[in-house]
Amino acid sequence: MSILINDDTKVLVQGITGRMAQFHAKEMMEYGTNVVAGVTPGKGGEVVEGIPVFNTVKEAVEATGAEASLVFVPPPFAADSIMEAADAGIKYCVCITDGIPAQDMMRVKRYMKRYKAENRMVLTGPNCAGTISPGKGFLGIMPPHIYKEGPVGIVGRSGTLGYEAASQLKELGIGVSTSVGIGGDPINGSSFRDILELFENDPKTEVIALIGEIGGPQEAEAAEYIRDHMKKPVVAYIAGLTAPKGRTMGHAGAIISAFGESASEKVEILSAAGVTVAEHPSVIGETIASIM
Amino acid sequence: MDIHEYQAKEILKDFGVTVPAGGLAYSPEQAAYRAREMGGDKWIVKAQVHAGGRGKAGGVKVCSNDVEIQEAAASMLGKKLVTHQTGPEGKGVYRLYVEAGVPIDREIYLGFVLDRTSQRIMIVASSEGGMDIEEISEKKPESIVRATIDPAVGLVEFQAREIAFKLGIEPALTQHMVRTLMGCFRAFRDRDATMVEINPLVVTTDNRVIALDAKMTFDDNALFRHPQISELRDKSQEDPRESHAADRGLSYVGLDGNIGCIVNGAGLAMATMDTIKLSGGEPANFLDIGGGATPERVGKAFRLVRSDAKVEAILVNIFAGINRCDWVAEGVVQALRDEPIDIPVIVRLSGTNVEEGQKILAESGLPIIRASTLKEAADRAVSAWKGDKANKVEVKAV
Repeated sequence: MSILINDDTKVLVQGITGRMAQFHAKEMMEYGTNVVAGVTPGKGGEVVEGIPVFNTVKEAVEATGAEASLVFVPPPFAADSIMEAADAGIKYCVCITDGIPAQDMMRVKRYMKRYKAENRMVLTGPNCAGTISPGKGFLGIMPPHIYKEGPVGIVGRSGTLGYEAASQLKELGIGVSTSVGIGGDPINGSSFRDILELFENDPKTEVIALIGEIGGPQEAEAAEYIRDHMKKPVVAYIAGLTAPKGRTMGHAGAIISAFGESASEKVEILSAAGVTVAEHPSVIGETIASIM
Repeated sequence: MDIHEYQAKEILKDFGVTVPAGGLAYSPEQAAYRAREMGGDKWIVKAQVHAGGRGKAGGVKVCSNDVEIQEAAASMLGKKLVTHQTGPEGKGVYRLYVEAGVPIDREIYLGFVLDRTSQRIMIVASSEGGMDIEEISEKKPESIVRATIDPAVGLVEFQAREIAFKLGIEPALTQHMVRTLMGCFRAFRDRDATMVEINPLVVTTDNRVIALDAKMTFDDNALFRHPQISELRDKSQEDPRESHAADRGLSYVGLDGNIGCIVNGAGLAMATMDTIKLSGGEPANFLDIGGGATPERVGKAFRLVRSDAKVEAILVNIFAGINRCDWVAEGVVQALRDEPIDIPVIVRLSGTNVEEGQKILAESGLPIIRASTLKEAADRAVSAWKGDKANKVEVKAV
């Protein structure tokens, strides 16, 4: 098992006629991901890399049975695309787009609440590298060959730091069940806590690596969940020890604006919850190996 | 993006918030003229800078005649104002705002923020205005009133009334307070703000609710749909290197150290800074060059990092995922050939085709220090920086 994506997950790519989307859709298919459809409004009927393109997500779902969607739509239109996916019955959506206005994301989150919990789409991102279940498939822009199949679940806000962790693990001969990017934006689809819950209930995941950074309450929220509800061990790394207060560090969400949002405070909160914290990013792999 | 107080007041006024009469001035004469134009017997001369804490730093002066206004204006214009929010370098004062004095009965704190816990817009208010919100949370936490706003319906009047009552606003002024709250909310929502702060919002002795100060920050990601807000950008208030970088699509934050960083990915860039610190050095900057580390981008990044005179060594840390390390390595070599550098350059590549990349660096004949892990790269950067510094001192001594 793995979480969110399996070998038979039928995948739809929104914005497939864009250059980047085409490149990554091809990479996904080469890896064995079951890409069944694409959507670009007004380009229905075209075929991209052998994939049929539809005008709406509803049409694509009806014709192909797509269950998961990857959003590659530019920032002004991305929130609309996510809501379209939620309404068409997509179960899992990954949004790669960086630069979506915060209030658009607030509207998306509010919109998704109109569906009953059991029918509600799971969203990860925006502003993330995507999700991969090694050996099965991926939705995103990550280099899939750096991930080996195995028992470690990875969840992180940063793309490249997640790659760093996965390749360190591969060097040590350790594999990954699923790696999930929750993205660097202040308003995101799923929190650390949401993904930790999925990993806790996934029989194949034995250890979880949480890769956080400065800004926002989600690492502290995760610490509380780990302390009260998790049996599986968690290793964490938090980036931004040297980041000054009140400055945005690349990710729109990476800004220390309140108490408890600095890297050192987060390390303290996670340690107190029983999490093993890696002091620097070069030892994330070793730290995971040491507790396995 | 930040804007000036007078600009925030203009926006809020359009949304029904009452602000004092005021006018913009670029010279002491203009300041005096503005005061005469609006009349009255008391005026406030306020330095327009993108930072709080102006009052304590001498950036706000109460005047009662022409001479005082001209003196106050002359003492501020063209100077750097250093407040607890500007850092020691301060911010340049090039515009003044002259405002009519208002008879204050009581001061209230009012803020609208993006609350990341509820993922909604939140109102934060306190009957203890005048202090900043950090100070209020510390000294009078029980005075803080909060309410979150449902994005589907917006701020509802009863919520605004509840806040007014909790703040102890007299019944006769409730409607004015509700109008102020609704106006701030609509300005926040319709202009894609990330923060609206009125501190203080005052109740006057002649029974009005007036925004005495105003601060607005906007969502950079939403500026594409607000050209009228983009127009308010004031580059004189930005760090020149940071605005230069932003205009070229690079994400850069200047820091105080000596080791420059060139990294792809925001998380990895922060992690690189942290590792330098743990190895005994100090990072000079945060720099994320984005996913595609093209030779052109690498070249731009080198020029940007070197434009900081404090930089005495440069650490390049690239994780090549979709790109290949050999291609990134060629970019680094080309950048260094085009514009040779006389300070140590440490390069750590990782990911696809790392061996080929290392080979290109090794065979380039350039004095590049290579490393395979981030820890090793940071250690080498710190020791190269210290060694290089020692060498330079020796040369000078001879």
